[in-house]
Amino acid sequence: MMKLHELTIKQIHEGYLKKEFTCVDLVKHFQNRIEKINPKLNIYLALNEKALDQAKAIDAEISEKGITRPLLGIPMAIKDNFLTLGIVTTASSNILNGYKPQYESAVTSKLIEAGAIFLGKTNMDSFAHGSSTETSDFGPTLNPWNPEHLPGGSSGGSAAAVAACLATAALGSETAGSIRQPAAWCGVTGFKPSYGRTSRYGCIAMASSTDSPGPLTRNVEDAAIITKVISGKDSRDATTAPALVENYPDLLNRSDLKGIKIALVKEYLLPEMRQDVKDLVLSAAEKLRQLGATVDEISLLDPKYSIGVYTVIQRSEVSSNLSRFDGIRFGHKRDTFCQETKRRIMLGTYTLSAGYYDAFYKKALAVRTKIVEEFNEVFKTYDAIIGAVSPGPALKVGASKNQPMFGEMEDVLLEASSIAGLASAGVPCGFVDGLPIGLQITTDQLQEAKALSIAHCFQKNTDFQLFPDLEKML
Amino acid sequence: MQAREFLLKFNLMHKVIVTPEDVKKIAKLASLKLQENEVELFADQFTKTIDVVNQLNEIDTSKVSGTYQVNNLSNVTRDDIVDQSRILPQEMAIREAKHTHNGFFVVPRIIDTDTTEEII
Repeated sequence: MMKLHELTIKQIHEGYLKKEFTCVDLVKHFQNRIEKINPKLNIYLALNEKALDQAKAIDAEISEKGITRPLLGIPMAIKDNFLTLGIVTTASSNILNGYKPQYESAVTSKLIEAGAIFLGKTNMDSFAHGSSTETSDFGPTLNPWNPEHLPGGSSGGSAAAVAACLATAALGSETAGSIRQPAAWCGVTGFKPSYGRTSRYGCIAMASSTDSPGPLTRNVEDAAIITKVISGKDSRDATTAPALVENYPDLLNRSDLKGIKIALVKEYLLPEMRQDVKDLVLSAAEKLRQLGATVDEISLLDPKYSIGVYTVIQRSEVSSNLSRFDGIRFGHKRDTFCQETKRRIMLGTYTLSAGYYDAFYKKALAVRTKIVEEFNEVFKTYDAIIGAVSPGPALKVGASKNQPMFGEMEDVLLEASSIAGLASAGVPCGFVDGLPIGLQITTDQLQEAKALSIAHCFQKNTDFQLFPDLEKML
Repeated sequence: MQAREFLLKFNLMHKVIVTPEDVKKIAKLASLKLQENEVELFADQFTKTIDVVNQLNEIDTSKVSGTYQVNNLSNVTRDDIVDQSRILPQEMAIREAKHTHNGFFVVPRIIDTDTTEEII
């Protein structure tokens, strides 16, 4: 029998129904693992003290009614930028140290309604400003595959929680790369829904025009189950799409990829990218061909331009969003912001200020239009775009220090799709130096089912979703 | 040379240098206090970041307008009716504030003062 901490959603539900274990057993098991492993990897910032009581109630529900909710009794880790009633929420920033949210975020409400149990809140880059978790005011999270390396970010704690099996699944959020990149560096599955598919209500804002909550999981099937739960129109977030939510888990059953047209972006095989990483992307493309898809090389705008667009839009929106932290209604004084937060607020203040607004902000928005138009053109012919998630494997602890554009450079292959609000799955596609590498499968807006089903078919026919050996930490 | 091409080339050559004085002004606009060493550091880093951003001038955008919102929704409104489910009770709304008075937030004075008073 598999170990409890390695089970997927479906396997847990089977175990509950066959009475192989209870929800209390499972939650206790995770809590024991967290107690041993968390001090070594710094994944959880706060734990849910009511988890065991909630597990007891769920066991009673299962014996009375069976499993009638999609995430019933599923232990999850929640990124610390989602407001959670009863669990301190800080966005890994000292300015919110000790903050007890007054309401529950939209997506965590949906997870609770679906029966999920929150084990705790996970570390992240402070205010999600980064791709390393090193900008967290509470220290970096370490990569379960090799603790000398970073987990990526900003949802680094959530990715590491899934990789280290300290939760069955996790919730993250992506502004440009913050789900897919840590998922790739930690060797788990990450899914960024289209912008507007999942509500931002109660998610501490970073860049409001691209922020997208999404899952980090053991496999694509779990990602599909969670995405279905958290998607949908929300009257409290006016940018959520009114389109009906499809039944993603039921749409995964592709036996092959016949008829699917995939574009491999030449420019995404960066000149400075390691050959062994390129080779993994090319063999993934070959695998997709073997499964029946056609894969053509195409050309897109040099990704260096998306760095400029993203930097301006993100900094500008940050400067506006973080003006609400005034230390009056909640939180502490503005001088408790870390240096990275100040740097981003200030650059955004600059790009929005009189005399620079046209040169920087409007210019970035115009190039954004070019990027959107280019994707629209590609999706007239192709179902999906593939490329590496990150130019290389997880970098070493300390790599982001004195690199004010660290995140932008690491997420160079993800920014364009985020700027355009596309849906994108990140799945492991191999290893270099004992560290995982991720493949992105990106589709047009609201084509979640397509991205998930292609990723699922790839994952079913490959064997890259593995577990790091953490026995020595136990 | 066409005027537009000339402007494009001019833009490419036009390096922006963010000075320590600029940084101090931005900090004031953003209501942030900097450490002494951060002024020079940010000036240098902002200059380098703007160099990267200025690469956008290599792209002709004279015929496109900006994209503020990517999923094509516009003017999303709701009826002008109070929705009780979206209102926090007063005691809950002020619970996280450090200074309150009779159920209200206490805010710093902003009139007749050079800078925001440090009462928080």
